[in-house]
Amino acid sequence: MKELTYVRPTDARDAVARVSDDPHARFLGGGTNLVDHLKLGLLTPDVLVDVSRLPLDEVTRLDDGTLRIGTNVRNSDLAAHPVVRSSYPAVTRALLAGASGQIRNQATTGGNLLQRTRCVYFQDVTTPCNKREPGSGCSAIGGYGRYDAVLGASEACVATHPSDLAVALAALDAVVVVLGRDGERRVPMSDFHRLPGHHPETDTTLAHGELVTSVELPPESALTRASDYRKVRDRASYAFALVSVAAALELDGDVVRDVRIAWGGVAHRPWRAAAAEEALRGETYSEEAVRAAAELELAAAVTGPDNAYKIPMVRNATAYALRGLADRSSERTGATR
Amino acid sequence: MTVQQARPVPNRAVGIASERVDGREKVTGLATYAAEHRDLQLDDPLHAWMVTSTIARGRVLRVDASAALALPGVERVLDHENAPRAASTDDRELAVLQDDRVGFRGQIVALVLAETPEAAREGARLVSVHYDAEPATVTLDAAGEDDFYAPEQVNAGHETDLEQGDVEAGLAGAAVRVEGRYSTPAEHNSPMEPHAATARWDGSVLTMYDSTQAVHAVAATLAPILGLEQSQLRVLAPYVGGGFGSKGLPHAPEVAAAMAAMAVEGRPVKLVVTRQQMFALTGYRPETISHVRIGAEPDGRIVALEHAAIGGTSRIKEYAEQTATAARMMYAGEHRRTTHRVAALDVAVPSWMRAPGEMPGMFALEVALDELAEACGVDPVDLRVRNEPELDPETGNPYNDRRLVECLQRGAERFGWADRPTSPQAIVDGDWWVGTGVASATYPTLWMPGNTARITADEDGRYGVAIGAVDIGTGARTVLAQIAADALDVDVASIDLAIGDTDLPAATVAGGSAGTGSWGTAIVQAAQQFRADHGDTPDPGVQTTGTAESYPDSVGHALHSFGATFAEVRVHRWTGELRVTRLLGVYSVGRVINPTTARSQFLGGLIMGLSGALFEESVRDSRFGHVVTQDLATYHVASHADVRGLEVDWLDEEDHLATPMGSRGVGEIGIVGTAAAIANAAHHATGVRVRDLPLTADLFLDVPPLP
Repeated sequence: MKELTYVRPTDARDAVARVSDDPHARFLGGGTNLVDHLKLGLLTPDVLVDVSRLPLDEVTRLDDGTLRIGTNVRNSDLAAHPVVRSSYPAVTRALLAGASGQIRNQATTGGNLLQRTRCVYFQDVTTPCNKREPGSGCSAIGGYGRYDAVLGASEACVATHPSDLAVALAALDAVVVVLGRDGERRVPMSDFHRLPGHHPETDTTLAHGELVTSVELPPESALTRASDYRKVRDRASYAFALVSVAAALELDGDVVRDVRIAWGGVAHRPWRAAAAEEALRGETYSEEAVRAAAELELAAAVTGPDNAYKIPMVRNATAYALRGLADRSSERTGATR
Repeated sequence: MTVQQARPVPNRAVGIASERVDGREKVTGLATYAAEHRDLQLDDPLHAWMVTSTIARGRVLRVDASAALALPGVERVLDHENAPRAASTDDRELAVLQDDRVGFRGQIVALVLAETPEAAREGARLVSVHYDAEPATVTLDAAGEDDFYAPEQVNAGHETDLEQGDVEAGLAGAAVRVEGRYSTPAEHNSPMEPHAATARWDGSVLTMYDSTQAVHAVAATLAPILGLEQSQLRVLAPYVGGGFGSKGLPHAPEVAAAMAAMAVEGRPVKLVVTRQQMFALTGYRPETISHVRIGAEPDGRIVALEHAAIGGTSRIKEYAEQTATAARMMYAGEHRRTTHRVAALDVAVPSWMRAPGEMPGMFALEVALDELAEACGVDPVDLRVRNEPELDPETGNPYNDRRLVECLQRGAERFGWADRPTSPQAIVDGDWWVGTGVASATYPTLWMPGNTARITADEDGRYGVAIGAVDIGTGARTVLAQIAADALDVDVASIDLAIGDTDLPAATVAGGSAGTGSWGTAIVQAAQQFRADHGDTPDPGVQTTGTAESYPDSVGHALHSFGATFAEVRVHRWTGELRVTRLLGVYSVGRVINPTTARSQFLGGLIMGLSGALFEESVRDSRFGHVVTQDLATYHVASHADVRGLEVDWLDEEDHLATPMGSRGVGEIGIVGTAAAIANAAHHATGVRVRDLPLTADLFLDVPPLP
């Protein structure tokens, strides 16, 4: 490991200034991903600015019902938070589907969103990777592709975003609050992560030095309460998603009043299945309709021999997740389907 | 003094379930592993970091260490031009930094020595190696037909090919035929403790704390390479955090640590292999492909059986997995052919991994048996019972106590096999398909000659028992004391056991499920000789050393352990995810010396079998030549959540033809057959027949309804 300077500012603005002024400085949160990168030689920063002890570790309900989650709220604490559990179950289930108990105790909310792909070539400095070293090439194309993206990939990068939490937040229209040198700005989850395009080295729309200070969930509703997260993986725990689905469903009798679908494991960012949602909204709910809507969303998918399975898998997982929500809706209303 | 062969011993301590004597040290962190030893001799070490090749084949043109040497804390950088010269380079895996040849990606091409691990690692990052790369062949798919050859023998000294009767005629005349291609991927042993060594050269003796399964074998192997007498090497391994075969033979990092220590005389050197480096430098189970053909009577009795196995090995050192040997002795049948072919590839050197041969071979054979059962309409348990041989088909010798049928029948009863629907896709429970499967297990009874034990009478009726065996986490430290107590007819509490040190009498490897049996025989022989020499009330200080060169009772018999594995799996009807809800193993292994530690071996074997069935796969990139799933986040081993109902049972028996304790071995049989039982259960659940490990979720998506 390269020698580096470690600082721990007590004020978020100081932390932002410290990183903004130095292209070789990095924020350090829980360290569950960044420290690996230091050891593997992926990152060689001169300065680590530890923000993990800034007082941004509370979950608060604002007057309008918005739930503000401080960036330093640990994954375990957020998963166990009573309001999150009851009003945003997809968030709790996504968190508990991720990593291990030890890692969840350490990992932060903001850090979770900013973790980087686990593409084996990105993590191996001996192989070309455009995300790690722009212009060097993509080793995943033509290589080990089991976890590769099927939607929104580019010739430069086929990596997937590994976060479970981000998928749930995308489905629930969360907003990321960011502090920069010029003050605070609010970034909808839909604009937070980006597709690789020609610049896979950039995962998000954050500028260097911008610090995530909190994540806000919209006021709870029938829809957020009827939300769920389903992760598909070979190993029963401690594995990244092959695919995952965050979903929310509000039925009026048989009719879909509102629906949210976001996918993990399929793209460089959490994939909000807007076309599928649009196809379902206002229509009669059925498993066939959900499958057809998923197919519509997947029409643009591009697959290789290693990841073609993701198409039927995410379609099935979506049907399964929504079926569970529909069944619960029926139980609540006594309706029969 | 006449040396007698060890005689059977009445059991008192043997057979008692006793806790590990070193359990407290281990769970409290007091046990010191290879990189943790600190004493006056080993304090203030230099830390070694390996620089490994980024080409699969070619030559090192130049190693530019200037940036590394400029880094504060970096003391030395060794490469093939300035490293100490080896006295022997016959073993190309172990000829570390001796020439410019690169034989596989991940080979050691330089070694950085620094004052801290961090500086060593950063120094290694800064070493710039220039290569002349040559075209490389790194996968079986890329190997041409001409690249496959018959090795002189396969692992463990087995014959490469064996043919009995006329297989083609037998198959042609058979009423029922099944045929299939089965494969297992390369797998890495992945013990918890990475390979590591702390070494110090004082000018005359090299002392090395090593993470190994065999201290004497390390000394014997390294001495000629280092140009030393074996007596100049002292190797110690008081605690080892698992090996699963990967520490059974010395590998290149041990040579690197020893060489570095000799290069900086007087200063200890510590070398820890990273998890990623373990995927290139510490052995692995090579990929296997098995073509199995079976011809049978309508009732399932096998007439002809062929198991043709192919696999890969490394061009720099041959290792041929004995994939087809279980098919030589497992079932009856007049006509039989078993063959092994390997292709030499520009890849890392494969080696032993738990039940080499039996694990991949019995996956193929036992899935094929399930297919035969289906083809004949015979229950899979009954099919195996019908194919019991009278004599060992391989040697013609009588078996000693072959009790496979009893394992199958006891297991079937305990598992509730009788209630099983015959056809697949018969059970749906909510979102899940449910199915059950069975497979046989077997492991040969190996016994290794040349173990020596020393018995010393101490004060107060205590006895010192010394042998250079290694406890790699199996419980050897506990069970050897039990064996010694019975052999001396004293309480276990009176035994002071010393192991894990080449200063102690010579011992063979903790491997082949033969450690306890082979070491134990030497202890029994020495103890009996001690009593013959010194009586029941010996004077303190007297001692006897005994070497067990043979245990001839076994001659003329086929000695194998057997078992039956039953699995229940659930396959998710929407996502294809497969979970193993129940596993039962019933084993016939001779006398179980310590039910607590033996049970752990069986459970661990079953879990490793489950892990191999569902997850483990070392994916080698065909362009680069190295395993890209090279950490435990991408090379999946079973997690706690994957392990549900596990049950183990064994037959109450003694086998005094195997060892004087009546024991055979328990370390490997648990992994054998387990993946087949799970694959067979998955077929029963879904109707989908998977012949290639691992059984991943994508294979069970959109299961079609049976016709």
